[in-house]
Amino acid sequence: MQTDAQVRLEDVSFTYEEASSPAVSHATALIRPGEFVAVLGHNGSGKSTLAKLMNALYTPTEGNVVVCGYDTADEKLVWEIRRRAGMIFQNPDNQIVATVVREDVAFGLENLGVPTEEMIPRIDKALDAVRMTKYADSAPHTLSGGQKQRVAIAGILAMEPSVIIADEATAMLDPSGRLEVLDTIRMLNRAKGITVVWITHFMEEAALADRILVITDGEIKAEGTPAEIFDRVEEMQQMHLDVPPMTALADVLRKEGMPLRRGILTVEDFVQEVEKVLCPSKSAT
Amino acid sequence: MLSNITMGQYYPVDSRVHRLDPRIKLILTIVFIVCVFLAHSFVGYLLLTAFLIMICRLSCVPFRFLLRGLKPLRMIIILTFLLNLFFTPGEDVWLAFWIIRITREAFLQALFYSLRLVFLVAGTSLLTLTTSPIALSDGIELLLSPLRRIHFPAHELAMMMTIALRFIPTLLEETDKIMKAQMARGADFESGNLLSRARAMVPLLVPLFVSAFRRAGDLALAMESRCYHGGEGRTRLRVLKITRNDWIACGVLALLLALIILEGIFLKGVLF
Amino acid sequence: MSIEVRHLTHCYSEGSAMRTVALDDVSLTIGDGEFIGIIGHTGSGKSTLVQHLNGLLKPSSGQILVNGQDLNGEHVNRRALRQQIGLVFQYPEYQLFEETVARDIAFGPKNQGLSQEEIDERVRYAMSCVHLDYEKYSERSPFELSGGQMRRVAIAGVLAMKPSVLILDEPTAGLDPRGRDRILSMLEELHARESTTIVMVSHSMDDMARLATRLIVMAEGKILATGTPREIFAQEEMMLSAGLGVPEAARLCRALRAAGYDLPGDLYRMEELKEHLLRLWSARKSGGKEAQPC
Repeated sequence: MQTDAQVRLEDVSFTYEEASSPAVSHATALIRPGEFVAVLGHNGSGKSTLAKLMNALYTPTEGNVVVCGYDTADEKLVWEIRRRAGMIFQNPDNQIVATVVREDVAFGLENLGVPTEEMIPRIDKALDAVRMTKYADSAPHTLSGGQKQRVAIAGILAMEPSVIIADEATAMLDPSGRLEVLDTIRMLNRAKGITVVWITHFMEEAALADRILVITDGEIKAEGTPAEIFDRVEEMQQMHLDVPPMTALADVLRKEGMPLRRGILTVEDFVQEVEKVLCPSKSAT
Repeated sequence: MLSNITMGQYYPVDSRVHRLDPRIKLILTIVFIVCVFLAHSFVGYLLLTAFLIMICRLSCVPFRFLLRGLKPLRMIIILTFLLNLFFTPGEDVWLAFWIIRITREAFLQALFYSLRLVFLVAGTSLLTLTTSPIALSDGIELLLSPLRRIHFPAHELAMMMTIALRFIPTLLEETDKIMKAQMARGADFESGNLLSRARAMVPLLVPLFVSAFRRAGDLALAMESRCYHGGEGRTRLRVLKITRNDWIACGVLALLLALIILEGIFLKGVLF
Repeated sequence: MSIEVRHLTHCYSEGSAMRTVALDDVSLTIGDGEFIGIIGHTGSGKSTLVQHLNGLLKPSSGQILVNGQDLNGEHVNRRALRQQIGLVFQYPEYQLFEETVARDIAFGPKNQGLSQEEIDERVRYAMSCVHLDYEKYSERSPFELSGGQMRRVAIAGVLAMKPSVLILDEPTAGLDPRGRDRILSMLEELHARESTTIVMVSHSMDDMARLATRLIVMAEGKILATGTPREIFAQEEMMLSAGLGVPEAARLCRALRAAGYDLPGDLYRMEELKEHLLRLWSARKSGGKEAQPC
């Protein structure tokens, strides 16, 4: 089955065993090839469940999840799906299996039954893509959090996926580690055209995406470009989510009567807009 | 800091012994153990001693590391010696006073039995000193893999060992952190009697277990999402290859075994 | 309650090839009622410094004086001094171990040797500090709670010891905006109401801008700068050199000044910027001369 969607959610619901209410309910979404989509939601909003549904770790209780044309409900397709939709998790320590970086990158390939001669170049390429070649023979516990996450990304990359799903991959990192991981993923998205589903509660990270899905109480409540989404300042705050500080400031000023345009996200946007409002003569030239 | 401890007693240098295939090393260690049990005379024990010294030199492991392996067992070795010395019946009395009677036979048996223990420990220490834990678990997996036909979980066993090795530093770090956190809440891990000290461990052990379970759950998910589905159809990055070096080692051990067997046939009872 | 750190140096793996200097001749004073923010890149020595403040680590050289008494001195009641200084580690929820929330919080006071009544009173007090309803949560297992709630239980476990100084190592790490706001407003309250001295290590400049009365910037085991948030955040170059940033508001202020607008150079709060921008806007509307910034 050919579709133009990399990941398609069709009215998906999922209820954990022994849970009274669904963790994800009636979610419908479409993620196109090469997109960078952020899923924004607070803890317990169902965003992690959504990630696991896209990797066939869970199968929906209702509806269908189709990844790269494969339905996750079909048990025979599970390995095909996981190979194409790699996943990175939150805790950098709990997803590295081997005692040496190079061998951890090999883990997925070993599972797929890739011949040894073929593994070595693929591992080298993956480590190079995340700029971790230098650490190929290091023990994982000697690396920083950001480096560990990059090893995890290399492990996925070696399997040559078309989608990477990152489930709060930066939540436990310090600012420089977060930047490292985010830069790596954005580079892979742009240079290799890998589709990215970026699950997060950091609005700064979501603001960098092509498109944002906002999820609360298991439902996809809003969908749009970062500018569209964050302009709904009050709605976002009601869902206990942050909006970029510049967007919030513009919103407050607008309420006081200053005619600032909508969709301001960054300091640069803001300065430009203030120029227009306060010095129209200057900004015209 | 706890994080930079060395794991196991592996002595990381590059030597001919280190480079041997772990499977071969495991088998040869077993052959050596058999030799130890077959040796019955001074000549046999001399052969074994010479062999151990040779391997130790070849492996570039300092002799004191080998002795260090014996240290925890020294009480047992001494006890073996004394028990055999006093309680072995014999004819040729060397010394007798009060109820103690030491005979030539008893002395030799005591000597041989305790030496046997020393050789066993030294031989296996040499294996672990020259083989990294990961290579060891690879070797065990491959050696046991024929047993998979009778549903012996060889791959699972080796995977467990790998994961355990991977998480030892992580859990050590975590132990250190939890200990400090509880000390900041006034916990006292050092003083008191045995019972109160055991009780003081609860605030350390419970969080450690909870965290270990959480990590295990996370890791299982991460492994599954990377297509892990057991040992079936799995290839390996590390392929073990038997080299000329390994055949030489086999030859040396075969020779040792042959000599020990001959010694057993011709010299048995000569000196014992 | 004051803490004075004098020429503190700390080396890990002293006497081996792995020797690393984590703190290098650090001196500072923490005065009564301050809310101090310690900021620095990972590996700058923040966590090592904080662990010295209640005696969990011993200095390689230098002294830590608590109310004038040397914390590591010979004739000092170290336990009593340490109890005055509560330390909340990173991800403190990983230290919970008891069957119920109340019993876990009681662990500290129990170790202090308090009476049962007093312990109960402390547990209620600590739970109210972290906004957890006693009736609803005291008998629940801490392991059934959400991540944010577990963290509040862990903080309550330290507050129950009624420390005069509360030290927190990245108390908001890994929390979502709601969880973070709860912790921060709780700390704000504690500082205002109980006048507890608070020392907080954080990576978030916005959290610091909101709460701290004084900032200590660390880099490579040394104190790079100290001052009010206003003083510190006005020095963007210095912050960048330490691998740190400044709050968005401070960045905006600089960008606007660079574009020629008439703004003070040391704004770092959104409210301040809002006021100033509105001032410029109304001046522009009324057509005043100084209103033309360009």
